[in-house]
Amino acid sequence: MAQWTMIQAITNALDLELGSDERVLVFGEDVGHNGGVFRATDGLQNKYGKDRVFDTPLAESGIAGLANGLATQGFRPVAEIQFFGFVFEAFDQIASQAARMRYRSNGAYSCPIVYRAPFGGGVRTPEMHADSLEGLFVQSPGLKVVIPSNPYDAKGMLISAIRDDDPVLFLEHMKLYRSMRQEVPEESYTVPLGQAVVAREGKDITIVTYGAMVHTALKAADEWAKAKGVQAEVIDLRTVSPIDLDTIVTSIKKTHRAIVLQEAQRSAGAGAEIVAQIAEHAIFYLEAPVLRVSPPDTVYPFGLIEDEWLPSQNQVIRGLEKVMSL
Amino acid sequence: MQILSPEGKVVNSDLLPKLSDDALRELMHRMVFTRIWDQRAVRLTRQGKLGFYAPVAGQEGSMIGSEYATNKEDFIVPGYRDVPQCVWHGWPLHQAFLYSRGHQLGGQMPKDVHVMMPQIIIGAQIVQTPGIALAFKLKGEKRVAITYTGDGGTSQGDFYEGMNFAGALHLPAVFIVQNNQFAISVPVELQTAAKTLAQKATAAGIPGVQVDGMDVLAMYVATKQAVDRARNGDGPSMIEAITFRYGPHTMSGDDPTRYRTKEVESEWEQRDPLIRFRTYLEGRQLWTKEDEDRVVEEAKDAVNDALKKADEAPKMTIPDLIDSMFKELPSDLVRQREEFSAQEGM
Repeated sequence: MAQWTMIQAITNALDLELGSDERVLVFGEDVGHNGGVFRATDGLQNKYGKDRVFDTPLAESGIAGLANGLATQGFRPVAEIQFFGFVFEAFDQIASQAARMRYRSNGAYSCPIVYRAPFGGGVRTPEMHADSLEGLFVQSPGLKVVIPSNPYDAKGMLISAIRDDDPVLFLEHMKLYRSMRQEVPEESYTVPLGQAVVAREGKDITIVTYGAMVHTALKAADEWAKAKGVQAEVIDLRTVSPIDLDTIVTSIKKTHRAIVLQEAQRSAGAGAEIVAQIAEHAIFYLEAPVLRVSPPDTVYPFGLIEDEWLPSQNQVIRGLEKVMSL
Repeated sequence: MQILSPEGKVVNSDLLPKLSDDALRELMHRMVFTRIWDQRAVRLTRQGKLGFYAPVAGQEGSMIGSEYATNKEDFIVPGYRDVPQCVWHGWPLHQAFLYSRGHQLGGQMPKDVHVMMPQIIIGAQIVQTPGIALAFKLKGEKRVAITYTGDGGTSQGDFYEGMNFAGALHLPAVFIVQNNQFAISVPVELQTAAKTLAQKATAAGIPGVQVDGMDVLAMYVATKQAVDRARNGDGPSMIEAITFRYGPHTMSGDDPTRYRTKEVESEWEQRDPLIRFRTYLEGRQLWTKEDEDRVVEEAKDAVNDALKKADEAPKMTIPDLIDSMFKELPSDLVRQREEFSAQEGM
């Protein structure tokens, strides 16, 4: 076992899949010789050659289109969008093309593509780098949307994503790239897509969350337990589409209360869908309404006010207390 | 580039392709067949027996000539009007009709038919083409990806990106622009100040050639050169075919008399690719009225057969649609499948 950052775990997953499956190709802007702007693909071109790991012209629609064409001919492209804020350039090729390929050809063609993209706040990026746009793709039938919160899951889920026979959007939170190390097995393993995990057990209230907010939720729950002796259960969704409803409902049957915590704006992200699913499937177990804790519906903030804008531990605790008092 | 004048005279004998008499007759056969099928399709659309249909009459030269220059293994990435190329490349006609009606089985290409279903998002096919071409290059297959768009489509970002990617990665791809002068009602002068569309290839650093798209031989020769070049590893190229559609943009309510004069239409009718090639073949005693009549009957029969076959396709169900979304259904769709199956009593 090695102590790895999330970026190391991601590089290792790509390395293992490139090594075990000749159909896997890795490409994007600066992913080749340079090894990626975050070094996620460091050393891979040297090891596997320019036919397997290569740079592309600077054009996201072209990159996603390239992936589509390759995928229909039997390759397994892992395409990188340098920052997820640039995904609008590639929106048609991902949501209207790859996501529909199997359906519109009734299975004659498919798109086993992984789109890797960094996103997420707290690291003072310039405009259109940190935005949480996963909600746009949660609403696009035919895609899976994955957001790991730690190195172990990142590696196992990336391997699962590459082996998946349909398109997967794999979103990597920039703040988590190097903020934590974790024991990660050096050999290949998978973490299933579409399965949430209980990151902290508790009996009084459920926090459903994903991405960097998992860590905010964990800290808030610990602090709150120490101060008040109330135990929050934290669910790390890991996959935001499809949502693992069973894990959420099982938790709510136990706690009877819930908040949904996300880094995306109130009406963006996956939060509203989670609340709706809870309303449909678990309303009779609830003692109080399900509250969303999230940033306001503004454009992503300027760097100097980022910390106030992103949901804080205190905001999470206020949310927990509000739902507990109802 | 032109080989036959509108009067059917050879004006560029140096370029005349070395096609056998049978091959020349086959080109005429396909053009006549396609014209008849187009006329039938327009009528069938009005009768409600077909759905979405983009007429092709006038463009037979550019469509048939270019497709005829490809091998069966080459891959066609069509726009929504490019149904004839796909059908001559192997897409069964009844499936093209199912596609027109909006049936899922329409786009399910048979394994040995190297065609993508027609693309509705103008330009999307052009950024997918480099991916298909790169797959051929990586596998060491001597195959070419060939894609089509119209004059309006050249204004899209994807048009530029697709050509530029193919150039930068040195891929076996051919980009064909069928300039029929109008994008629905908007004339090509409102798309760009560029004097030709072929010169847009310069921006990608690839060769571009302007061809008389009403001249089936010129289109065949230009495409053959581009396809051979790609197959030999010499990279992509672009062809602008100057052509015209006699009918409306689509059968979905477009009225070309709102934007085209009778004079313009009759001027282009003088350049009809069928008249031109027929005159040429008749001059060489390769085509007779009997040949023509036989193809007309054959086309009518083929359309009737295809309609019958399309009618026999099973009705789609909501569970069918759900099942075709993923290789393995995610949990939420499993639940929805149960819900909608119960509603249908299935």
